Amino acid sequence: MSLLSVENLVVRHGLLQAVRGVSFTVQRGETLALVGANGAGKTTLLRAIAGAHQPAAGRVLLNGADLSSVPSHKRVGMGIALVPEGRKLFVQMTVEENLLLGKTAGRAGDWSVSKVLEMFPNLKPRRHAKTGHLSGGEQQATAIGRALMSNPDVLLLDEVSLGLSPLIVDRVYAALQGLIASGTTIVLVEQDLNRALSVSDRVICMLEGRVALEGPSNAVSRDDVTKAYFGLHRKSPGSVPA
Amino acid sequence: MPHPQQQAVLTAAGIHKRFGALVVLDAVDFAMAADEAVGIVGPNGAGKTTLLSVLSGAFPPTAGTVSFKGGDVTSLPATQRCRLGLVRTHQVPKPFSGMTTFENVFVAASHGAGLGRDEAYEEALGSLKLCGMLGVANRRAETLGLLDRKRLELARALAARPTLLLLDEIGGGLTDGEAGELVGTIKELRRRKIGIVWIEHIVHILLQVAERLICMDAGKIIADGEPQAVMADPEVVRAYLGGGPK
Repeated sequence: MSLLSVENLVVRHGLLQAVRGVSFTVQRGETLALVGANGAGKTTLLRAIAGAHQPAAGRVLLNGADLSSVPSHKRVGMGIALVPEGRKLFVQMTVEENLLLGKTAGRAGDWSVSKVLEMFPNLKPRRHAKTGHLSGGEQQATAIGRALMSNPDVLLLDEVSLGLSPLIVDRVYAALQGLIASGTTIVLVEQDLNRALSVSDRVICMLEGRVALEGPSNAVSRDDVTKAYFGLHRKSPGSVPA
Repeated sequence: MPHPQQQAVLTAAGIHKRFGALVVLDAVDFAMAADEAVGIVGPNGAGKTTLLSVLSGAFPPTAGTVSFKGGDVTSLPATQRCRLGLVRTHQVPKPFSGMTTFENVFVAASHGAGLGRDEAYEEALGSLKLCGMLGVANRRAETLGLLDRKRLELARALAARPTLLLLDEIGGGLTDGEAGELVGTIKELRRRKIGIVWIEHIVHILLQVAERLICMDAGKIIADGEPQAVMADPEVVRAYLGGGPK
């Protein structure tokens, strides 16, 4: 049985259909990368898996259990944790307080404040600093640590490299490699295709709310993804004569 | 750039735009002929909509000049540029709620183009017909769905009698069939010799209309030319997807 299954998911934002019938599965220990242009539906999809958006149709299953009626905070307790785009930390609270908050709705497990600080040594001297005073890289490390504190089965990462310098992104990805090596299941939204392909087992390229390409990361070429990304493999939509 | 033998109808020279410390447009030079169809692509935050806003007069540039039909329009407000024929649509349609579809388009014809009552009436009807909206002419605008709101945005712009139409992500959120209808309408505008500048994330739709493609990244134009060549440009692919070849 797949750890995570997404079945014919449709998510709307008012008049706009952001996700249009998406299906895929994720196996335990697998890293799946979601790529696609701005507006392709990646973030909406990730948030729907986390329970932050209610789908108009379709369902999300974790270990075969239908999550349709499970609110987001209870999904954390079932093993789904989201690191949202833009980090969304509690900026008036310290690093340690943010991390401990991650534990409140989560599951029992090995993750602790000290284990997060071991994983991100740059946070050690900042442990009692308010997160609003941190650098972008320190904030991102705190956001990932907060999610890990819930001891997730599936970690959903939304654009963890956004707004960070290349050096800091390297550090964040080095930490992620450690998580992947330890068998953590990850669904990753990433704009940098090479990074996405280098850390993932499988890649899905989304276009206008749909899956345009899916395949093993070591088998799809940059050219394949580029064509799917821009929709250049498709025929013209509609049939209105020129 | 327009062909050397074509005279530029719209020119932007040395355009800089800052919002506080943020540089959104960095020395952008742009020129196009009256009958061109130019697509603009680029990753999120590239400066595309800001460029459109500077061209249309919604924002003044921090530095640089905009010329239209041979005159310097840099200090002209959007309303006066609209009267000259430089008309734009917005990414998120915002029709006048409480008014019908027809009334929305009539306002554009009377105020945007400056037409008298009878002429504005005919212009509004013509625009609605061209955009396939006669059937919803008497519906209140706030009851329209996404496709009809996008059509209304286009109909309002057309009723202002553009020489040059600036389109900002008018295909976003539409289904394939809806996008196809929209492309059909825009191709009709081309037949009527209306120049087009079209920002669009949905590249495969844009490429059906654009004869020339510009790619922006981080406030600069990084590629400008034949659309397929621009999309194949390694710099363009890198701007979207990061890194180098795998």
